[in-house]
This record gives sequence, structure tokens and C-alpha cells, in this order.
Amino acid sequence: MKREGEIRIPSGCAIAAVISTEGRRMDGGGIIRAMIPMHERSNGLGGGFAGYGIYPEFRDFFALHLFFDDSAARKSCEQFLKDHFEIVHDEKIPTRTIPAITGEPIIRRYFVAPLKSVLAAQQVDEREYVARTVMRINSQIPGCHVFSSGKNMGCFKAVGYPEDVGRFYRLEEYGAYCWTSHGRYPTNTPGWWGGAHPFGLLDYSIVHNGEISSYDANRRYIEMFGYHCTLKTDTEVITYIMDYLLRRQGLTLEEAASVVAAPFWTTIENKSEEDKKRLTYLRSVFSSLLLTGPFSIVLGFEGGLMALNDRLKLRAMVTGRKDDRVFIASEETAIRAMEPDAEDIRYPAGGEPVIVQVKEGCF
Amino acid sequence: MLLDARDMDYTALNTMLRQESDCRIINCLGHRFLGAGMSDKRITISGIPGNALGAYLDGAEIEVFGNAQDAVGDTMNAGRIVIHGNVGDAAGYAMRGGKIFVRGDAGYRTGIHMKAYQEKNPVLVIGGRAGSFLGEYQAGGTIVVLGMHTDGRPIVSNFPGAGMHGGRMYIRSDCAGIRFPVQVQHHPAEEEDMALLRPILEEYCACFRLDPGPLLESRFTVVTPDSANPYKQMYVAN
Repeated sequence: MKREGEIRIPSGCAIAAVISTEGRRMDGGGIIRAMIPMHERSNGLGGGFAGYGIYPEFRDFFALHLFFDDSAARKSCEQFLKDHFEIVHDEKIPTRTIPAITGEPIIRRYFVAPLKSVLAAQQVDEREYVARTVMRINSQIPGCHVFSSGKNMGCFKAVGYPEDVGRFYRLEEYGAYCWTSHGRYPTNTPGWWGGAHPFGLLDYSIVHNGEISSYDANRRYIEMFGYHCTLKTDTEVITYIMDYLLRRQGLTLEEAASVVAAPFWTTIENKSEEDKKRLTYLRSVFSSLLLTGPFSIVLGFEGGLMALNDRLKLRAMVTGRKDDRVFIASEETAIRAMEPDAEDIRYPAGGEPVIVQVKEGCF
Repeated sequence: MLLDARDMDYTALNTMLRQESDCRIINCLGHRFLGAGMSDKRITISGIPGNALGAYLDGAEIEVFGNAQDAVGDTMNAGRIVIHGNVGDAAGYAMRGGKIFVRGDAGYRTGIHMKAYQEKNPVLVIGGRAGSFLGEYQAGGTIVVLGMHTDGRPIVSNFPGAGMHGGRMYIRSDCAGIRFPVQVQHHPAEEEDMALLRPILEEYCACFRLDPGPLLESRFTVVTPDSANPYKQMYVAN
């Protein structure tokens, strides 16, 4: 069987997210329920979730989630981790044996801090160091895949329908102030666990419905900056683009949205002078990071999320609200499944980012 | 017949719909393809029906007391769909007959590829606003946007009538500031335009218990393909 990375696949999908602006912790039951009425959007070849605020006891450590093919791969990777990090805790990620999920790899998590001496020697900050190390493991150590690497957050993904994947990972036992989720419909897929969404790097995670046609142009550009696209999926490249624009270039979320879903030149023409200048600048400087083709994505990050459609809005996205919770999904029914009385149902326009942040100090 | 859709999948629900005459569905949550291809019954729905509601509808009547999702009335041939809330993207996609009446707003690509043939003349009325690409590639039929929304956003967004080569659109606005593509022409509605619109609005208003009077007195802009445009030639003079 060909694996992710050896074959390119297009995909349809379902996405959903919920966030409490008060930082209130919610268990994973609600976000699992959201995926049930959207079952038809997936085909059982990938499902996943990201939860933010789930590891308060290790909040200052990077939580690395890893898949290993076998114990030999685990052994070599663990030696590599010991050489690069202080590991304060490591354990098997708890799962539940259910008939719907089979063929699981070895799944473990490691709470780590980069060795101070190594940081000093390499003259990089800890986030850059972790990002580089993740790239190295995923591209150079066979049989190992880091699928989550942020602080106080984690991605959980598998081959299967999302509602089954959620039960498999016992998400009802975690408390998160923000959940995102994904059901995958790859049409020509080998369907590997690492290829499911969310894709994560540091605390950034992406769930994505769509198919970007600019993949190779984006990949060639982003690989100049040390990112390695090992999985040949468009979602992986979106994740690295967001990390590059937000963390390394220091753009705001709105600016990053104007890069990847840049308005048409005809639309820019009609803007105010100030907007025209800003949008022209972003389109010109980051022209290789424009994502063409259909997408709806939810970007999760520490303390918030951003939902975004392609500029033509070729994929569905609905938002709603109830008290301190904001909901985002491919379909209104997913929102109603989480909260029957959701209010303020809206349909964001193409390229119009929906940014929700938790109150400062509450996450 | 009352059908409780809770915990029922859409295949089972559609099978039951096919076997019954008139039906009322409650607790609908994302059930897809409801009423698809049906011709001989009346279906009322409480809750949120899933995508492709009334696809290929062939004479049946569907009424939804809430919002509907994407692709309402996809390729419908005859019948009527009444939505008391909003619809998602691509409502009336490739519709070739029948009527869709929406009380609220519509998403992107409303009425895209709508067409008409002989006695088939589809009608799609949006009560609020419509997203970008309204009536893209429209080839026939009538699209009406009433702009009764209250969120202050424009009545139609970008690229209305892009690639339009048949049919007509009525937009209840003077359309100042709206950029139409080169292949359409637009003019303020005249008496003969309003005479065609009147029965449509009267039927629409009867569905939602609205007074058609003020609407009929409003200023509409009529959008039609530019008769000199090449698209029409491409489809007709071959």
C-alpha cells in the first residue's frame, strides 16, 4: 500500500469547532456530537480533533504526540528525544478499543522542554527549536510521526469516522476551552493515520475542507524557509504557511487571511486608499502564498481560532453563538447538534476571517 | 403522517416519505436529499434539513419552518419549496422549473445555471440579501431579490449575473454601487416588468403572510443579458 507522501489525494470533508470566550472547559462530547449529522461528508478514511487547554498540569511543556510503526522506531525516536529535550513525563495516549477503529500504530505523548544548553548553542528560541526538531523527526526518522507539538493543546487523529475517532481517544475525559474537528473524505487515498486532520505545528492546528490547486506553488515557496512537506497534502502546507506568516513574519490574523485568501484585484480597486495600499502590499509580497481553489479552514492557536473560506467561497461555513460559546461548522446542523438553541446564525463571506479569542487571562 | 426524524438516518426517512402521502417531519437535523424527485405530496419540516433538499423535485411541495442548508432545489423540475428562514449556498442550482421562495437570506451562487424551456419557467425569490455570484450563468427563469434584510449589508454581493445569458433578475434597489459584468444590462423596472413580477410577489407574500403592496410600490432594477453579448449566440444560434 502506498502511504501518505507517496501519493497525492484530493479531498472533501466536514469541519466543526467550538470555543468558549470565557475559557470555560468543555469535554469532547459536544464536538463529537457535531460530527454525527455530517457523517456523509466523510468516508471513514480519517477523522480528528484538536483540543486547547487540555494539559493544565503540563502547561509549560511542549506536548509531543507521536505515532510509531513499531517498537524499534519508538526506541530510536525516544533516544533522539532524550538528546534534544528534557522529558518531564511520557505515557501512552489513552484509547478505547472499539470495532470501528483498527490497525492503530503505537500512540504516545511526551511532555518536553528543549535543553537550555542546546537553545543557547543554536541561538534560537524554544518555539523555533521545537518546530525544527519536529520537521527533522518527520522527514528523517523512519516509522515516526509527530502529529501534535504545542503547549497545553493536542491533536488526536486516526483512520475512521470522526465520531468513532473521538470515542477511540476518550475525548469526553478532556476539558478544552476550544475544540476543532474534522471528518475526511479523501477520494484516492491510502488513508494513513498521519494524513488525517488536524495538522499541527506548535500550537497551530488546521482542519480543512477543500482542495487547493496552488499546492505545489505554495510548497516550493514555503520549503525555502525550512519547512518539509512530507505528506503531500494541501492541509500540511496551509499549516506551515500559517506558522510562517504568524510566528515568523509576525503578521496579524487578518493580514494572514488577506494573504491566503487575497481579494481579487477588481475588489481591491474599490477599497479605500488605505485598504488598497495594505492589500496590494500583502498580495505582492506574499504572492506565492495565495491559496487558490476551494477551502474552508479553522486555524486553532493558543487562546483562539480563526475560520476562513476561500475568496470564492467554494466550501460551506456557518457560525453561531450561545452565551460565551461560538460555534463554526460546515453545516448549521452540526452547530444545532452541539447547541440546539444556538443564536445569531451567520454565513461568513469568502475571504472574510472569523476570529474568536478567549478573554485575556482565561486560557 | 407525522414523522419524528430524531435518531433516524436520511435513507430511512426518505423511504418513509416515499411511502406516505402528506407528511410532517419534526426534529429534522441534517437529513439530506429530503423529498428528492418527489412529485405528489406536501412535506412540512421543522428543524434543519440537510443539503440538497428537494433536489430534482418534480411537483411536490416542501415547506421548512427554519433555515435550510446548501443546494436547495438542485435541478428541480416542478413543485414549490418554501423556506421560512435562510438558505445556504447554491439554492436553485440548475433549476429548470417550479418555485423556490425564501423568507430570509441566501448564500453564494444563488440560482446559478437556472434555465427555462417551453412551459418550464422557474422562479426563485429571496426575501433578504443574496451572496456573490447571484444568477451566475443564468440561462432562463426569474430571480427576485427583495432586500428585506436588516443587517445593513448590500442586497447582492460581488459578480451578480456573471456569465448570464438568459432569463431575468429583479433586484429591489436602484443598484447604485453594484458592479455588474459587461455581459448584462440593467434598467429601472417599468410597467411591463412590474406586470410580470406582480403575480410572483403576490404568491410569495401569501406564503409568508406579507402585504405585497409596499413591495410592489418599491423601485426594482431589472437585469437581463445584453442582447449583443456572445454567450446568447453560443447557446442559441448553432
